[in-house]
Amino acid sequence: MTLAIEDLEGIAKIEKERQEGFRHRINVCIAAGCLSCQSGLVREALEKEVGRRGMENWCLVKGVGCLGLCAAGPLISVEPDGVYYQGVTVSDVSEILDSLGGSPIGRLHCPAQSPFFTRQHRIVTENCGKIDPERIEDYIAERGYEALYTVLRSMTPGEVIEQVVASGMRGRGGAGFPSGLKWTAVSKAVNNTKFVICNADEGDPGAFMDRSVLESDPHRVIEGMAIAAYAVGARHGYVYVRAEYPLAVKRVRTAIAQAERLGVLGSGIFNTRFDFKIEVRLGAGAFVCGEETALIASIEGRLGRPRPRPPFPAEFGLWGCPTLINNVETLANIPPIVRNGGRWLAGIGTEKSKGTKVFALAGRVNNTGLIEVPMGTILRDIVFDIGGGIPEGRQFKAVQTGGPSGGCIPEQHLDMPVDYESLAAVGSIMGSGGMIIMDDASCMVDVAQFFMEFCMSESCGKCVPCRVGTTQIYHLLRKITNGTGKPSDLAMLEELCDLVKNTSLCGLGQTAPNPVISTLRYFRNEYLEHIDDKTCQAGACKIGSVREAL
Amino acid sequence: MDIKSEPSSRSSGEPAQTTEDRRWRLVNRTMRMHGNEPHALIETLHSVQEHFGFLDLDALKYVAGALRVPLSRVYAVATFYHYFTLKPPGEHTCVVCKGTACYIGGASSILDSIQQEVGIGPGETTSDGQISLLTARCLGSCGLAPATVFDGQICGRMTSAAVLERIRRWTNHDTGD
Amino acid sequence: MTTPSYTPDPTPYVRRDVNPVRILTFTIDGRDVSAREDETILSVARQNGIFIPTLCHLDGLSERGACRLCIVEVKGAPKLLPSCVTLPRQDMEVTTNSDRVADYRRKILELMYSERNHVCSVCVSNGHCELQNLSVVLGMTHVRYDYIYPKHAIDASHERFSVDHNRCVLCQRCVRVCDEIEGAHTWDVMGRGITSRVITDLNQPWGSSETCTGCGKCVQVCPTGALSEKGKSVAEMIKRRQFLPYLQMMRREGRRAVAEGIR
Repeated sequence: MTLAIEDLEGIAKIEKERQEGFRHRINVCIAAGCLSCQSGLVREALEKEVGRRGMENWCLVKGVGCLGLCAAGPLISVEPDGVYYQGVTVSDVSEILDSLGGSPIGRLHCPAQSPFFTRQHRIVTENCGKIDPERIEDYIAERGYEALYTVLRSMTPGEVIEQVVASGMRGRGGAGFPSGLKWTAVSKAVNNTKFVICNADEGDPGAFMDRSVLESDPHRVIEGMAIAAYAVGARHGYVYVRAEYPLAVKRVRTAIAQAERLGVLGSGIFNTRFDFKIEVRLGAGAFVCGEETALIASIEGRLGRPRPRPPFPAEFGLWGCPTLINNVETLANIPPIVRNGGRWLAGIGTEKSKGTKVFALAGRVNNTGLIEVPMGTILRDIVFDIGGGIPEGRQFKAVQTGGPSGGCIPEQHLDMPVDYESLAAVGSIMGSGGMIIMDDASCMVDVAQFFMEFCMSESCGKCVPCRVGTTQIYHLLRKITNGTGKPSDLAMLEELCDLVKNTSLCGLGQTAPNPVISTLRYFRNEYLEHIDDKTCQAGACKIGSVREAL
Repeated sequence: MDIKSEPSSRSSGEPAQTTEDRRWRLVNRTMRMHGNEPHALIETLHSVQEHFGFLDLDALKYVAGALRVPLSRVYAVATFYHYFTLKPPGEHTCVVCKGTACYIGGASSILDSIQQEVGIGPGETTSDGQISLLTARCLGSCGLAPATVFDGQICGRMTSAAVLERIRRWTNHDTGD
Repeated sequence: MTTPSYTPDPTPYVRRDVNPVRILTFTIDGRDVSAREDETILSVARQNGIFIPTLCHLDGLSERGACRLCIVEVKGAPKLLPSCVTLPRQDMEVTTNSDRVADYRRKILELMYSERNHVCSVCVSNGHCELQNLSVVLGMTHVRYDYIYPKHAIDASHERFSVDHNRCVLCQRCVRVCDEIEGAHTWDVMGRGITSRVITDLNQPWGSSETCTGCGKCVQVCPTGALSEKGKSVAEMIKRRQFLPYLQMMRREGRRAVAEGIR
């Protein structure tokens, strides 16, 4: 049961040799995005055809995690040639197999040299699209669990935390709290029982980074959790994941079972006295459970209503015990930090925002999908270079970051670097990494109303400003978008936003007005058009009918 | 339909009469795995919904008794979390994603067209029990917006026409034979 | 493959980061005050005769920090803090009644009035209502926000009491007193956000509740006319809360006795 480093190396070697024994390897993306354009069928057809042609011994068909460019799904890559194919269908299967060893099929070719791929810097997603998420051996072949071994055998918990502090990494869940400080606080808390929780309750509409990482490389998160547990002194961990992500849930469960069987989870890991177990807990459709204290309440089987902090979970968390809560992406950064040292990560990014950030690019942009770029990348480059610009020759209008807690950034700020401080300065937030691009067909008042409707129905109802305030703001916005708004409504809107922001109990309420505040700041003219002229330039609001009726 | 008959043969809080049903055995197993402790409530409700499709009052009563959670607390949890539903779903379900990317991509016009076609809004089921229309906060398929799920199968880049085509397949099939 | 679940320690959660023996000093509205480390700003203020408005708070029940009326300013803190759950620190400077705080409190109260139907003139609690008193004390004379006014039913199925959801402010005092003092946990809150509503048992008529003991504590702690005794006409419902401090003291004594092994 106990595993030594030689065993890990042995598994890695066997797996490498096994894979390299195949002259051709076809990687089919089986993450949720491509699966929803039938990549599962493509994979089956490929396997069947390979079998029919008797190519099993020299051609491997492998399901892999997200290749990133979801817009062009289903995606496959052919190794070792490094050829990418996009929009593959079952009928293309024969042709693909025919072309192996020859020249790539031009019709399906997806340029791997395009900025979408070359401008990325992959740390968290380094294995995405490369390894089979349902095989632990594949992860180990990519130096998986090596960091955990190093930590358990040759580092003290203090030394691990030092590396995280040195990396300067800030939490990727949204608020950007320095991870090292959080770890230090939990490790210092005096208690026999402590917990580590992986927050995978990715609730921001328009964000799918955590889902992709869990679907594509679940072992990385498990390894990160185990290292965190060792560092802070926990013996028990939970992955709190949305029930709306059935595939991610399944893959995490599979990964935990594999890790337990191999002995990298369980008792006496790597022949040390370190025990660590992980359980999966399903979220049940409440955005507010992304808030730490609500998440804890939900794991305890209670209502996901936040409670006032302090005390913070670091001292008083799950079942009253000190608890470390980190986001999926934060934990996925841990193994490489240990392998390469904290200073290595600190060398990437900007002065105050270290490392990379995974963004889910969506909305009115050509290359929708998952990208990972160094902190400080210029926003314009993300939208126009990596994202490939706006489709149908339309005009860029705004980019929305941070989901319902974030803001809309207009054209004039496109040349700013993407880091925590710069985003805050223009009235948005980093958030968990959703990045929605909007063009001139999007009405900003309508967008603000969309987010406020979200916050209103996701408000837990505990504190008065959030429960009633968000409802009042939503009603005002609805009046404006349906053409019955009054000029005085804008002042009222601002008053309510200020009230909700400053007096709500938890982060949800305190940030709920952000989409309204930022659109009022940059697109006030659109509000005025709706109120004074009763028109919606973008044509998104059903204001015309009201006008005719008047 | 056995969902209906099962609870009526059972009084509240007595697991013995329910063990006949394989599905209840699975629910009981979930509770046992968590030591029949009150903190297993959400996991147990997930299990009930997974096996029965929805949470009916008798099931809530049973779970409350087995886990020693107050009735009102069970009801509160079942209605606080939107993933849980207290109404039986229709024969077919259509889930329209209302995440930001799908919204920008026209999810609301898809909803409108469904409402016009079959006359139900989000959260409703047609009177013949054939089709349920639901909305999701975000399916995480933003790269393929707007996304819609038909009976568990996610489809990306939908249009109103494509969605109606799928729905008509359900209705035509059902009236056809 | 399933790991045995962690079973929590049955002992109640205790904050380990405060020492109830240690005394500290700080200022409220410029006055020097002293407090134990585990006392809240609200309780210290009250001991010193300094008024802070509250609604969800009730002596004898657990704190929620939810109505946000008791927010205070603390020098150096970026956010306003609810005094009912905030513990003082040495040399903290608390301001309970700045213009900013007073303004926010009035607006929060306006929000409460806009949420449901609070027509005092036809209410059983008229003249004895905490919400009404607060609007007088805080100087809230009219509501500028649109009334939401959902139509809620009145449940008069209980033989002695009735609940009018239109008057409910969701303070959850009834939920807490029923759970923490009576131990029945008949009440809870269903749904979330603006659709939240207090319920008995499985959202069934109060009169059909199997768990309700009929003790009436919920009625007595309700700050408005949402819960009332039957047979009371307009302005006749006066709540009696004398039982709470005594019950709470007896509970505390009981717990101590158990802890010390005295049966």
